[in-house]
Amino acid sequence: MRTLLLVLWLATRGSALYFHIGETEKKCFIEEIPDETMVIGNYRTQLYDKQREEYQPATPGLGMFVEVKDPEDKVILARQYGSEGRFTFTSHTPGEHQICLHSSSTKFSLFAGGMLRVHLDIQVGEHANDYAEIAAKDKLSELQLRVRQLVEQVEQIQKEQNYQRWREERFRQTSESTNQRVLWWSILQTLILVAIGVWQMRHLKSFFEAKKLV
Amino acid sequence: MPRPGSAQRWAAVAGRWGCRLLALLLLVPGPGGASEITFELPDNAKQCFYEDIAQGTKCTLEFQVITGGHYDVDCRLEDPDGKVLYKEMKKQYDSFTFTASKNGTYKFCFSNEFSTFTHKTVYFDFQVGEDPPLFPSENRVSALTQMESACVSIHEALKSVIDYQTHFRLREAQGRSRAEDLNTRVAY
Repeated sequence: MRTLLLVLWLATRGSALYFHIGETEKKCFIEEIPDETMVIGNYRTQLYDKQREEYQPATPGLGMFVEVKDPEDKVILARQYGSEGRFTFTSHTPGEHQICLHSSSTKFSLFAGGMLRVHLDIQVGEHANDYAEIAAKDKLSELQLRVRQLVEQVEQIQKEQNYQRWREERFRQTSESTNQRVLWWSILQTLILVAIGVWQMRHLKSFFEAKKLV
Repeated sequence: MPRPGSAQRWAAVAGRWGCRLLALLLLVPGPGGASEITFELPDNAKQCFYEDIAQGTKCTLEFQVITGGHYDVDCRLEDPDGKVLYKEMKKQYDSFTFTASKNGTYKFCFSNEFSTFTHKTVYFDFQVGEDPPLFPSENRVSALTQMESACVSIHEALKSVIDYQTHFRLREAQGRSRAEDLNTRVAY
């Protein structure tokens, strides 16, 4: 009875957001982050058991392939993990990073057309810090740990602001390029119009002269 | 020869209380947390997310469409019995707060089934309960000192600053993607 209660309690604590993924399906998530930001992802997979009509807690042989691409489409992490895994990466360029997951199992007939339930939790920046570990390592008191958390939060805000400046510059460059293109296009159109008009006048004039009307 | 009765009695008492404590713990809503995810929703697709929520937990679902088409998506939130708590069609962004009336799996889905060729990028932030406390074994009996409560209020203020920054970043990403579209279209 006690163990059942304990297991139930632990089960409610451990579950994060989850979604279903097919056998060959690839699910991608985007994280737009400034540079030097750490991202930690935790996932847990469960396979649907058709006989019992429920999701089994853990199945051996299940695996997920995690691929992380940086904003320039360069792969910074490509690794195979088991049915439960944790992946970490730190961004070196600011921008949209893409985290893609697709299932890969060692046993072929594991799926049989079913769905896989994936519990996923992605923590970015300051949320990725494990404060219990930091407190133990640096031997911080409660107050010191709280202040440390505030310092980390402010650092994250600073990084985000820097990133914002970089993006605003990109936005401005795009707008100015659009402005240039519109300007050149309208000048070109006016010139073409004038040229056609001049050509038409000349052509008509020579036509009337030929017909001895002028 | 030690008295056999007392140790066994203590063990029995501890066992009973342990059982009751665990049963009580089940009733207490969990520490909760937030899940912030940005994902791509292809055209004619529907993506659902599920979360197990304890009764009495206050939850907030906030979503925003960042890129794609008219920047709108259908969103639907259902409770464990299938009752629709929130349903909006073709919304660009919205925020919905509710308190879980029963234990179970809550489901929310984003649908792009009305769109034929534009795929959308959707951001959502699902906050369940309060954030976990800083100290995992926190069982404070005494009140927080002034310094500590000042730290807590600064922490909350900074959390809302980060939240506003996120919203600003999403809006800016939306504007920038429109500008880049315009830039390529003007060239043709």
